[in-house]
Amino acid sequence: MREFFIEGSYLTASVLFILGLRSLTRPDKARRGMQLAAAGMLFAVVGTLVSQQIIDYRWIAAGLVLGAVIGYPLGMWVPMTAMPQRIALSLTFSALAAALVGIAEYNTRLTNGEGIPRPIMAALGIEVLLGMLTVGGTLIAAGKLQELITSRPLTFRGQNLVNAIVFLAMLSLLGYLVAYPDRQMLFFSLIALSFVFGILLVLPIGGADMPVVVALLNSYSGLASCATGFAIGNVILIISGSLDGSSGFILSVLMSKAMNRSFTNVLFGAFGATTSPGAKSAEGLSVRSTSVEDAAVQLAYAQLVIVIPGYGMAVAQAQHQVRELAELIEGRGGEVKFAVHPVAGRMPGHMNVLLAEANVPYDKLYDMDEINGDFDRADVALVIGANDVVNPAARTDKSSPIYGMPILNADHAKSVIVLKRSMAAGFAGIENELFYSPKTAMLFGDAKKSLTGLVAEVKNA
Amino acid sequence: MFILELYIFVLAAFTGYMVISRVPPLLHTPLMAATNAISGISLVGSLIAAGSRASTVATILGFIAVVAATSNIVGGFLITDRMLRMFRRDVPAKSASGGTPPAAR
Repeated sequence: MREFFIEGSYLTASVLFILGLRSLTRPDKARRGMQLAAAGMLFAVVGTLVSQQIIDYRWIAAGLVLGAVIGYPLGMWVPMTAMPQRIALSLTFSALAAALVGIAEYNTRLTNGEGIPRPIMAALGIEVLLGMLTVGGTLIAAGKLQELITSRPLTFRGQNLVNAIVFLAMLSLLGYLVAYPDRQMLFFSLIALSFVFGILLVLPIGGADMPVVVALLNSYSGLASCATGFAIGNVILIISGSLDGSSGFILSVLMSKAMNRSFTNVLFGAFGATTSPGAKSAEGLSVRSTSVEDAAVQLAYAQLVIVIPGYGMAVAQAQHQVRELAELIEGRGGEVKFAVHPVAGRMPGHMNVLLAEANVPYDKLYDMDEINGDFDRADVALVIGANDVVNPAARTDKSSPIYGMPILNADHAKSVIVLKRSMAAGFAGIENELFYSPKTAMLFGDAKKSLTGLVAEVKNA
Repeated sequence: MFILELYIFVLAAFTGYMVISRVPPLLHTPLMAATNAISGISLVGSLIAAGSRASTVATILGFIAVVAATSNIVGGFLITDRMLRMFRRDVPAKSASGGTPPAAR
């Protein structure tokens, strides 16, 4: 009877999780769907709590209370601008939980002297490997996103060789462990080595490649939970873990595609560490800079303005001023659309969340494929802190490191206004021809200040 | 038993792939937050480790795992909801779900 109740709660939870994720295909249904998923979680937890395996509730109660006390501020108080590092940190938590359960299970089986069958050992090994790798990797990613560590790629000579050696050592430890499950030293070496490998893996990756890395680590943490399910024979862990894993996998594929780069290139390329000698230099080209007043006039009389937000908007926290400017232009009869490149910002969907926070309705946010045809009839393309995603070199210059990356066709608009702090090159360290085009006007300065100025001027225009 | 679990894994991964590949880029950040919350399901394993009195080591590790997983569940579902509440259509403000527009300005 009890068994029946537990399995029933797990089955209900699995169905509700899938329905919840499915609801995310529609923004208007998503909230409701996720509430169902949360209810599913409650079912699974209650189902587990009545399990006969649990005989002592004191530590459980303490852990649940402490976890809720830590989780509440992480859910309610973290600002939207800190979302990438917040996501990275929660991946650390979920991978840590998976790894610790694996270590506890290993310890229990050894102390009970019941022996560990090889398939179980393989699952446990994969679990701590992926778990600790994700813990190491996400800690570094969170540090980079919070700028506690430089977001530039950290590289050293022979890095790929060192990584390859650590990786092979990890795999051979795993192999040995499956052959000799009771060698504790091997198990603990595997834990340490996986942690180190996670750190080494993310250190050489630069800030702009973070969307891929965060998505990939998301996938690993899901697979770690999955392995936990195999190790302790729990079906709901397998199901949820594989949902999580496939989500991370899909996102990393999409992100890689949006950068026209392969997984291996992102992980081992340390993009941006060196400037490509083939990239065009800006010698002899001149930039036209404009004033707030002139730019405001251009915007005030435009029929169609397409805004292209980038990481610079997030850094300047200028999303609210962007919304204000858009509303003013619309009030004057113009049309404003937002063009969001898949890898703009530091995580998948970063720009969408920031603009939604600033109250921009989501039907004005367009994906790259939806909007690229509209640039031809746009009067102004307003680029706010974006660089590589509008660089025409991706289309034309075969020697450019970003050649082949799909970009937003800002250069097709009748005129372009670029809000930018200075003429420093973008993340990829390459010059952007768009900035030197005769139809482009550069408005230098902090994006938030420039936008506040534009808002004031458009009001008066 | 292991074979059965393998079936479940493959079918669940397939279902996940079919469902999630239809999520629009607009909601990719909420998707990550949501899968994070769901990955808090490791709590199920943590609870058993913390409460089965197998050994002191298992209890302590289980306790830490319970804390980590619970904070993910609580924080994850809250933040997903907070984000999804922000996504609104371009219609005159009439909050159908009873949620108030975000106060953040």
